[in-house]
Amino acid sequence: MSTMAAKRRARWTAGFVFLAIALVVLLILSICLGSVRIPLEDLFALFTGGEASALAKNIVVTTRAPRALAAIILGGALALAGYLLQTFFHNPIAGPFVLGISSGAKLAVSVVMILFLSWGLTVNSFTMILAAFAGAMVSMAFVLWLSNHVQGMGMLIVGGVMIGYICSAITEFIVTFADDADIANLHYWSQGSFSGITWDNVWVMLIVVAVTTVFVFLLSKPIGAFQLGENYAASLGVNVKRFRVLLVLLSSFLAATVTAFAGPISFVGIAVPQLMKGLFKTAKPLLMVPACFVGGSVFCLFCDLLARIVFAPTELSISVVTAVFGAPVVIAVLIRRKRGGE
Amino acid sequence: MTVQTALPNQERHSVSGFSGDYFCLDHLNVGYEGTVVIEDVNIGIAQGEILTLIGPNGAGKSTILKTITRQLEPISGVVRFNGVDWTTIERHKLAQMISVLLTERIRPELMTCEDVVAMGRYPYTGSLGVLQPEDQKIVDEAMELVHVSELAEKDFSAISDGQRQRVMLARAICQQPDLMILDEPTSFLDVRYKLELLNILQKMSRERGMTVVMSLHELDLAERVSDRIMTVRPGRPGVIDRFGTSEEIFTPGYIDDLYGLTVGSYDESSGRVELPAITGDPRVFVVCGGGTGTLVFRRLQREGTPFAAGILTENDTDYPVAASLAAELVAVPAFQVPGNEAVQQAQAVIDRCERVTCTLGEDRLTPSLRALVDYAKDKGKLA
Repeated sequence: MSTMAAKRRARWTAGFVFLAIALVVLLILSICLGSVRIPLEDLFALFTGGEASALAKNIVVTTRAPRALAAIILGGALALAGYLLQTFFHNPIAGPFVLGISSGAKLAVSVVMILFLSWGLTVNSFTMILAAFAGAMVSMAFVLWLSNHVQGMGMLIVGGVMIGYICSAITEFIVTFADDADIANLHYWSQGSFSGITWDNVWVMLIVVAVTTVFVFLLSKPIGAFQLGENYAASLGVNVKRFRVLLVLLSSFLAATVTAFAGPISFVGIAVPQLMKGLFKTAKPLLMVPACFVGGSVFCLFCDLLARIVFAPTELSISVVTAVFGAPVVIAVLIRRKRGGE
Repeated sequence: MTVQTALPNQERHSVSGFSGDYFCLDHLNVGYEGTVVIEDVNIGIAQGEILTLIGPNGAGKSTILKTITRQLEPISGVVRFNGVDWTTIERHKLAQMISVLLTERIRPELMTCEDVVAMGRYPYTGSLGVLQPEDQKIVDEAMELVHVSELAEKDFSAISDGQRQRVMLARAICQQPDLMILDEPTSFLDVRYKLELLNILQKMSRERGMTVVMSLHELDLAERVSDRIMTVRPGRPGVIDRFGTSEEIFTPGYIDDLYGLTVGSYDESSGRVELPAITGDPRVFVVCGGGTGTLVFRRLQREGTPFAAGILTENDTDYPVAASLAAELVAVPAFQVPGNEAVQQAQAVIDRCERVTCTLGEDRLTPSLRALVDYAKDKGKLA
């Protein structure tokens, strides 16, 4: 049996090594590739304080680096939010986007932004996060209510998708009729994008997401017990009521933070936890929390890179790319579960 | 022939019973959303005892167990553990004292059986739940004990229901509880593992002083393994009908009454169930004794043939089954040698039968049975 244990350990190590390499490679590619190519030497020079062209420096520092970092931070947060929601609902195809939580956050952010703009105020990062969180919680409340009234994982998802459509429709309506010049940005944001991220944004999201992620990691133990169902978890000493509230708050908060900065991004929350479970062949939260985070970072970096360069100079919205790679994963999960007997 | 016992007119209130005060249900009303399902459960047991709940489907056994596993709030009353109201005990302390085996099916994703068992160490591990070497040893021992070591690396969702039940038992064991609560633990288990499960519970109660509270459907097993039995009689609300030792519970006719058996019968002394007797004029007379007739009786019952049996003493091993299945039975009190009267009575029955079957070899015939066989031969009825 110890050989099996050793094998598993090797698999886990290999998994993290793979993710780390992918992260570094994609980060370099994200910074170097684009309408203006940055040679590796210039990038190296920028890091070591050597000579690099002013143009290269400008592009890297003001645009590509914050954008890539945002993809890393927000991608991780989104995947983690999905993992928490899947744990909460015991549902492998739950995620912040399909459950309408991202759309609720989007709606709230749009309303707040338009109100602030019409009052001639600027909106700072924290206000955006708060607005997004409020919107996410309203959607979440509806999903929770729904989960008590429908049977089966399919119906819950359908309900969530409906919430998403309603919120998106209202958002589009508001955005269409608000005729400020700044709204152009809002329209772009409401489709989901990592563009236009500033360093200030990056610092705020880094702090917020890092604190939340550490908190989630510390919940690994009860998350593990929760996999046996609420009654067994309670019998093991988990305060189930409090734990459920924490899961709801943390997952909504992570999803809201992402939405505040990058708009709604589809499929990352569902697909990444599934991919990581497949890669690591375990559901141990101690591994899954870091794996989902890094996996989400890699996935979003990769998708954002494609969104930027495939049809350059035209940029795709990020959700277009995440859907292309994420949706097949969801379909695969559904098929496998059907084969598995349920 | 049916046993009609004069049970006192159904008194619809719960009995109280105490064999100790280690684990007590103190005037507990249990139920859902304010509706009392079982009223006034007031019992107590000593440490190391095995208490089994029996009663018909839907009587409320699970409701009681769910209340004492704290899945349900009691409507009123208190559960006491070592004299302490257990709502006042901290969660993780309680989890170190009590483990449960529930009827619900769990479907954890990507967990090996060992992962599931190891979850039993939850109340003992640190804040990240990492297993220490001694935890691992306890996990291994628990899996060894219920013979699931070879399943350790298997995916929990890829094994059979019976295997799952045993893995969950190992999980409950490695929680090292003082009290184990099991709801229908024998479901899905084949006869070997049923006996193993009960043997393990009995061993742990004797050797480690672990107290067991469970519900069982198998009355014969309940009767054999339990130190105390509590019977739940359904009603509105249901009540605790009896509390006591097996001998006190399994009095003749009680089970037929508790479960409202309208077809067939339950034999309290042996734990055997029989399908209903074929009534009518007997067509076959079975000369039998010493357990040789039992299988013949059952075959005749399956064929739908009314039969008579005799001559049996009431302590003969064939007697209980004959009493349940025979249309007519010639019997004498225990340890009594059948006299002429019994032989004549049996011959009179043979006169009305088409044929006679003897299940005993020549050398085992007692004088009275030989007289019957000879009589049947004369009449040309001996098969």
